[in-house]
Amino acid sequence: MRLEIKGLTKKFGSFTANDGIDLVIEPGEIHCLLGENGAGKSTLMNMLYGLLTPTSGEILLDGKPVSFGGPGDALAAGIGMVHQHFMLVPVFTVAENVMLGHEQTYGGGVLNRRAARKQVRELSDRYGLKVDPDAYVEDIPVGVQQRVEILKALASHAQVLILDEPTAVLTPQEIDELMGIMRELKAQGTSIIFITHKLREVKAIGDKISVIRRGKVVGTAEPSASEAELAEMMVGRSVSLVVSKDHAEVGAPVLKAEGITVIDPRGHVVVKDVSFEARGGEILGIAGVQGNGQTELIKSLLGLIKPDAGRIELAGRDISKHGPRQSLEEGIGYVPEDRSHDGYVGSFSVRENLVLDLYRSDEFSRGPALRLDAISANAKARIEEFDIRTENAETPVAALSGGNQQKVVVAREFSRPLKVLIASQPTRGVDVGSIEFIHKRIVAERDRGTAVIIVSTELEEIYALADRIAVMYDGRIVATVPPDIPRADLGLLMAGATPGGSTDGSEVAS
Amino acid sequence: MTDVIETPAAAAPVEPQVRDRADVRRQIKLVVVLGLVLLAEVWFKLEIDDPTVAHLFKGPRTKDNPPVEFDGTVISWVAVALTAVALLLALVNRFPRGWVGVLVAVAVGLGFYGAFLMWAYADPSGAFAPAMTNPIPGTIRIATALVFGALAGVLCERAGVVNIAIEGQFIAGAFFGSVFSSFAIASIAAIPLFWCPVFGLLGGVLAGMGVAAMLAFFSLRYHVDQVVVGVVLVAFGYGITSFLLGQIPDDRNDQFNNPGLLEPVEIPVLHEIPYIGEALFGQTLLVYLAYVSVPAVWFLLFQTRWGLRVRSVGEHPKAADTVGIDPNRTRWQAVLLGGVFAGLGGASFTLSTGAFDKEMTAGLGFISLAAVIMGRWHPVYAAMAALMFGFLRNLRDQLSILDEKVPGDLLAALPYLATIIAVAGFVGRVRAPAADGQPYQKSD
Repeated sequence: MRLEIKGLTKKFGSFTANDGIDLVIEPGEIHCLLGENGAGKSTLMNMLYGLLTPTSGEILLDGKPVSFGGPGDALAAGIGMVHQHFMLVPVFTVAENVMLGHEQTYGGGVLNRRAARKQVRELSDRYGLKVDPDAYVEDIPVGVQQRVEILKALASHAQVLILDEPTAVLTPQEIDELMGIMRELKAQGTSIIFITHKLREVKAIGDKISVIRRGKVVGTAEPSASEAELAEMMVGRSVSLVVSKDHAEVGAPVLKAEGITVIDPRGHVVVKDVSFEARGGEILGIAGVQGNGQTELIKSLLGLIKPDAGRIELAGRDISKHGPRQSLEEGIGYVPEDRSHDGYVGSFSVRENLVLDLYRSDEFSRGPALRLDAISANAKARIEEFDIRTENAETPVAALSGGNQQKVVVAREFSRPLKVLIASQPTRGVDVGSIEFIHKRIVAERDRGTAVIIVSTELEEIYALADRIAVMYDGRIVATVPPDIPRADLGLLMAGATPGGSTDGSEVAS
Repeated sequence: MTDVIETPAAAAPVEPQVRDRADVRRQIKLVVVLGLVLLAEVWFKLEIDDPTVAHLFKGPRTKDNPPVEFDGTVISWVAVALTAVALLLALVNRFPRGWVGVLVAVAVGLGFYGAFLMWAYADPSGAFAPAMTNPIPGTIRIATALVFGALAGVLCERAGVVNIAIEGQFIAGAFFGSVFSSFAIASIAAIPLFWCPVFGLLGGVLAGMGVAAMLAFFSLRYHVDQVVVGVVLVAFGYGITSFLLGQIPDDRNDQFNNPGLLEPVEIPVLHEIPYIGEALFGQTLLVYLAYVSVPAVWFLLFQTRWGLRVRSVGEHPKAADTVGIDPNRTRWQAVLLGGVFAGLGGASFTLSTGAFDKEMTAGLGFISLAAVIMGRWHPVYAAMAALMFGFLRNLRDQLSILDEKVPGDLLAALPYLATIIAVAGFVGRVRAPAADGQPYQKSD
């Protein structure tokens, strides 16, 4: 099926998210949409899928204009979508999720689960998507959940498949598998729209590349284009993809964790006997695919959750029993993984957010009263220092762009003397320009002698920053390796395999 | 750059031996509760001077039909022994799990009930000492409304709408059930007398659906907080029915508030089973409807297309939306169907007592809600919880003649106390439908 988009525009109030987009997707083509976070890729796809109604412009399928009242219409027309955040019901089985919306029945509305299972098996055989139709979605790994999403689209006979940032949650090995599946789908005649901001993947799989910036298609490219060219098209200026940093001056261990074990409320052991130490003047990168215990490990370091076993030492003192307030006061800086959840208060102003964990200090309060003048002066200085793009210090943080919100969090955490800096996904959802800036500041903090712990699921970030890499898989640190480890080996470690088939991790270095 | 390579336990990963906190909590809970039960049972036993108790098996108490007297000592000791064994198992953390655990818990519960009854009815004073009677008829009478209310709650909450308004649906159903039935008796000669109260059920259903429609309208259309809407609807239900009752002139009471009673219908063969037969199968149509409704709602929710969609909307409305299911429309349907059941439950109040009275539902709607939670949002378990609450209510009524020994006010609080204890921690890890109470708004 040939999909054509003509002059598609979407406005949210005065904000234009998509501005006159033109695209053609030929049958059996893998068309990559490249763009930064917030460039308007997801808005465009949501219009294609009937989740949003275009302000103007049209969508043509095989030359005929179509309009979608909802996702049901788009599905019926043959457009399927794999969402960035999976649209799966966790407490349903795979078969139930696949059948939902177009259920097989015995008549009279009684579910025919056997037929649904059969359909799942047939489709998974045909396209090589291995899944167990009777497994509950909440029990299977994200990589498999994604296969279920693809099966869902195939089961409703999608001829155009939209994949929205499908690789964000996958291990490098799972990404390879996904690419194999994409090639298989393409060979069987399905057109694929592949949305991503990762240049490497675009080059590996794309037939055609369209780059979107600020809601407009700014150009197309062939997969043979260089990464630097693509990056420049995406950002609109030349960017340095490498952070310059000097050799680390490694000092004494500052933070020591021993045998940390965390059990989540559902009774699963999510962090299993993790021990490591973070040393002054060094960046320890914790690599791993999302959901392998990093979140819980970091939260237990800060005292947001109490570890069920283990001991945490900061500069020789046991802080295992500390709550977050004591941990912060002891000199731990914390950039949380989900900034909107525990990084800032969206309805508070930039000025207030900049002292969110500092207001108790004598600098910003006198008895029960806040020293508003000092807080204002602080805000002015931080906004300048960290180049926070905001109208003024009174603007609520929720009104800023993702990159600037993150800068507010980073500015606050960096504005007091730190012994340890823990930054989880420090550049998630942040534009390339701000990534450069935040990375530089993190390296500067390291050079000041702070022990830095970076948790990231992006290999690029780990390679850019880490002086030492600890790989987490299934709640354990499976290996600690130097930053010159080859990508493929690191990928294997993240997938739980031992590199080179050997059981001795030390061979990695040789 | 350091060349230090650390390879922790990668070669042979061993599960760390840390005991799950939840498991520890479970053991502590079991030990504490079983310990208290054991203490109470021993105390009951020691308090008894004369272990003779009487049980009235059938019909009213007359000279020709005296209660059977027997010695309750064995029952008391069996209960103590059962609880002691269970306590020992809990102490060494070998208390069985799964359905065996449930059986043991039920056995201990029944034992406690027995030991309590032995104590309550022991030491008879004279020939006319109170005698035990069959608890089943009273349980069924009270539980009918509770079961219907629980089903209403399950349907709504599985679709993602919190239904606090069951009590309001009850009171409205009770009033309009009475009005419809009275009207049919007094004014429509075409309906035979037996079917007039059944016609009243229709009134209950319409009223229940009316309140449900208000709940759906405010919470789905205008995203008003569902708990607030629910509470307001309960107050509204109380208020409007009291007002309307006051508007009925005394001389026209027959026309509006004299609904008659649902007649019992005996099911052949089954109702002849000794002891339980009459109580379970010599009941009214409404009770049979409750028996049928429980498996029917289960089938509807878990074996049909509509049920799958309802549950998907209660768990992840956006996922449902992306496959072409309209979450709000599905929620409307579920809430309205819930209204049907809640209305039936409401009608049972007036059609089993013969008149509507102000605030006669007496908080049973909230008990239904507790049954929903205790039954983990599952129609069958919720119905079982409703039966248990009905049983406790009935126990209070039965023991009211023993007021000197068992304080009536304390017993009146018993169902509520049981609710709190049960809801607070004895239903295991309860998981409500993920999107329960969250309005779904489509972006445009």
